[in-house]
Amino acid sequence: MTPRFTVGAQVNVRPGNPPGHIRTPFYIRGKCGTVERICGEFRNPEELAYGRSGEPKQVLYRVRFNQKDVWPDYRGPAKDTIDVELYEHWLEPAP
Amino acid sequence: MRGVHDMGGLQAGPVERVEHDYQLWEKRVDALMVLLSRKRRFTVDELRKGIESLPGDAYDRLTYYERWISSITSALIHRGTITIDELRAKLADIERRPDGPKAGTP
Amino acid sequence: MMDNISHSHEGPDPHAPRPDHDDTLTHHKRLEIAVRELLIEKGILTADEIREAVERMDARGPHLGAKLVAKAWVDPAFKARLLENGSAAAEEAGVQMDQPTRLIVVENTPQVHNLVVCTLCSCYPRMVLGIPPDWYKSRAYRSRAVHEPRAVLAEFGTQLADEATVRVHDSTADMRYLVLPMRPKGTEGLDEAGLAALVTRDSMIGVTTL
Repeated sequence: MTPRFTVGAQVNVRPGNPPGHIRTPFYIRGKCGTVERICGEFRNPEELAYGRSGEPKQVLYRVRFNQKDVWPDYRGPAKDTIDVELYEHWLEPAP
Repeated sequence: MRGVHDMGGLQAGPVERVEHDYQLWEKRVDALMVLLSRKRRFTVDELRKGIESLPGDAYDRLTYYERWISSITSALIHRGTITIDELRAKLADIERRPDGPKAGTP
Repeated sequence: MMDNISHSHEGPDPHAPRPDHDDTLTHHKRLEIAVRELLIEKGILTADEIREAVERMDARGPHLGAKLVAKAWVDPAFKARLLENGSAAAEEAGVQMDQPTRLIVVENTPQVHNLVVCTLCSCYPRMVLGIPPDWYKSRAYRSRAVHEPRAVLAEFGTQLADEATVRVHDSTADMRYLVLPMRPKGTEGLDEAGLAALVTRDSMIGVTTL
């Protein structure tokens, strides 16, 4: 499976609040960041949680966000960052 | 609804640097999870889903490994690995043991 | 600055771990006995397997992470490999990894300080640090480390220069993070074992520096 996004790509985390077991934290949904690295392919936890196979595997990314973009009231230098691991189906190209 | 476990960014008090030495029963709960997932009986994501869907205030009321054993038990029943009747009978048997908690095994 | 306390207690935080009751058989302790015995009776697990798993857990701890950190301090080629592929370098140094998780090592420098958290549960680099302390799993730490890392660091007695960048790592999936702390000044005369003895667990989580 070819990763949809390359390192350095700008991505948006999909917004929304679907039911079920999700490893995309609430606070990062809808935010825009940059792919920091591609971690490889892993079985999908949203499927594994229900006893299913987790296939097809999902590409997992580490995405780096500026803290100021995540928390409007962030207290700290503008260059502080937060990295979050996100599965490909949660990401969209930033417009 | 934001999940009870999904805490990032919420307001909370100071971090209290508490720790305790894990008791044997807690280590055994951990061992059960390690072994059951290695043997593909169920996955860590099933464990997490079970913890995330604990009723009411249980997430905050229970200790960490209390949440784990609750979730492990549910998953094993859900998967048909053990039955509710077997569990009830075993719990009643443990209650009846004369000299209190005897794990019997190691 | 609070000292490390080695026991749970009822603090003002209602979510603080409750005290241990070693002598009482709680519902959940009974549940553990019941489930374990049923699984053994059904032949799914053996008592030996459980004992070995507990022993393996007990054998894991911050001394493993400290060994990697000290080796990275004295061996630049190893450090490069550790930062490039944490799992492979750790295995090369004799530390056993877990499947499917992978180890990512992040380096502190005078310009960058790293802090590790798991906001969703308790993901932690067990292969190199053992099982996480209670505070790492606490509501306060998990809620606040992501949006006020500097305040959390200050509560651990860690003051950073304003010009230092703080990088928080939220362990949300299959990566596990180990912070490579900066080598303290004045340690030029120490060998690897002497250096490893200086490396604390908390410095490898990133809440403190050395």
